Amino acid sequence: MSGVAIVGAAETTELGRIPHMSQLQLHADAALNTLADAGLSIGDIDGVATAGESPTGVAHYLGITPNWVDSTSVGGCSFMIHVRHAVAAIQSGQCHTVLITHGESGRSNIGRGGRPGGAATLAGQFEMPYGPVGPPTMFTLPVLRYMKDFGLTHEQLAMVAVVQRQWAGLNPRASFRDPITVDDVLNSRMIAYPFHLLECCLVTDGGGALILTAAERAKDFPQRPVYVMGSGESVETPMVSQMEDLTSSRAFRVAGARAMADAGISHADVDHMMVYDAFAHLPIYGLEDLGFCQKGEAGPFIAEGNTAPGGRLPLNTNGGGLSFMHSGMYGMYALQESVRQIRGTAAAQVADAEVSLCLGVGGMFGASGCIVLCNT
Amino acid sequence: MADVASRPVPRPTPETQHFWEGTQVGELRLQRCDECAEVYFPPRPFCPKCSSKSVTVFAASGNGTLHSYVINERPHPAWSAPYCIALVKLLEGPTLMSNVVDCPQTPEALQLDMALQVTFEVLTETITLPLFKPSEVGQ
Repeated sequence: MSGVAIVGAAETTELGRIPHMSQLQLHADAALNTLADAGLSIGDIDGVATAGESPTGVAHYLGITPNWVDSTSVGGCSFMIHVRHAVAAIQSGQCHTVLITHGESGRSNIGRGGRPGGAATLAGQFEMPYGPVGPPTMFTLPVLRYMKDFGLTHEQLAMVAVVQRQWAGLNPRASFRDPITVDDVLNSRMIAYPFHLLECCLVTDGGGALILTAAERAKDFPQRPVYVMGSGESVETPMVSQMEDLTSSRAFRVAGARAMADAGISHADVDHMMVYDAFAHLPIYGLEDLGFCQKGEAGPFIAEGNTAPGGRLPLNTNGGGLSFMHSGMYGMYALQESVRQIRGTAAAQVADAEVSLCLGVGGMFGASGCIVLCNT
Repeated sequence: MADVASRPVPRPTPETQHFWEGTQVGELRLQRCDECAEVYFPPRPFCPKCSSKSVTVFAASGNGTLHSYVINERPHPAWSAPYCIALVKLLEGPTLMSNVVDCPQTPEALQLDMALQVTFEVLTETITLPLFKPSEVGQ
């Protein structure tokens, strides 16, 4: 007995040939019918699993703020696997009510994504026609709003890159190690105003992997154990233009708060922190959205050296995506550095690091995962 | 600034058809929930706030403000850089991506919260894009 039950089940209103619905709307139609079947409203859903479409797209379209998502996509049995994952998630208290959706415009081929930015997807219709050229022109879009609302200066934004280069200088494996100044950053080539080259992540090759096992076995392995203390996850929107608030990531807030509550820690307990820095503003958003700084204070906090070597909250101690490396999906490297810090084996080792918080981002503020690691 | 022939062309779906029909007749169409009055974008046949399927399409004012932007310097087949990619906050509430035209593409000319009004650019026989220009009725 798993202690978990299926309480709603329904198909799309029509089956067969449905040329008047996009694939995403087929997911939504089935979801709304299933909510009605269960007598639940959309606000009751806190977990989303799907394949074929992304859980980010489905959750945003339906108006769900999940704290658990599963995009396992291994073919037609994906939904059985989603059920299995959902049972585990509900048993362990990660979430309470999971919605698993399927929709496929297999015959009519309406709004079927296939490749990112396909002309019939929402992004293909409502973002791509205006000329974005990858993350440097989309992930960066919210920042001028943040700068005007909270007084962040170009120099403070540049200091994020300067400080991370200080950490990279201590890491022999970092791609760029020579010290840089604010002037160096502001005089580097403009990529997409207000972002200069040195405020954008590297593009490199690389990889990483992790192995997890039961905590009671962990002491039998050669390395010092690193325990998963807590975790959180969420998604907001697949389109940066549709963020609820350009000055804050909802996915950061949900995932971060959940991970810290799960771990049972307060901000003062965190000895070391990683915030996925695809661009220089990410650490600012991460520090504020997780409550390490008040709104508008993270820029000055970083510029004043609080996250630098010797500072009170060591952040992105491998040099980060800005100076260490960034292969495209950098989250694995942030986790690797958190593990090294907790093992006590980092190149720029933080003294007495017992708790590390590692915050990841997906898409352009589209998703977030947060992991808290500790050594006891 | 943009070369119309090589600009990415949206392909409407049944849920977005009303939007693209609207731009062809000079209307920026949004949807409002009949139950909770939420005004939302992008289009879908139910309210993303309360899930009601009772929603009404209406023509927005076309007025908004410049909410945020970047000025892209990277090459794009349809544009000659630099050009502005903007987020426009509509008077009715929703935010959408667009370009600001009839305005120098500089930080000095593109001031956040400046008043904008919609203008339309014909891309193809079936697709007309909503773009924005500085408001003529003043700031």
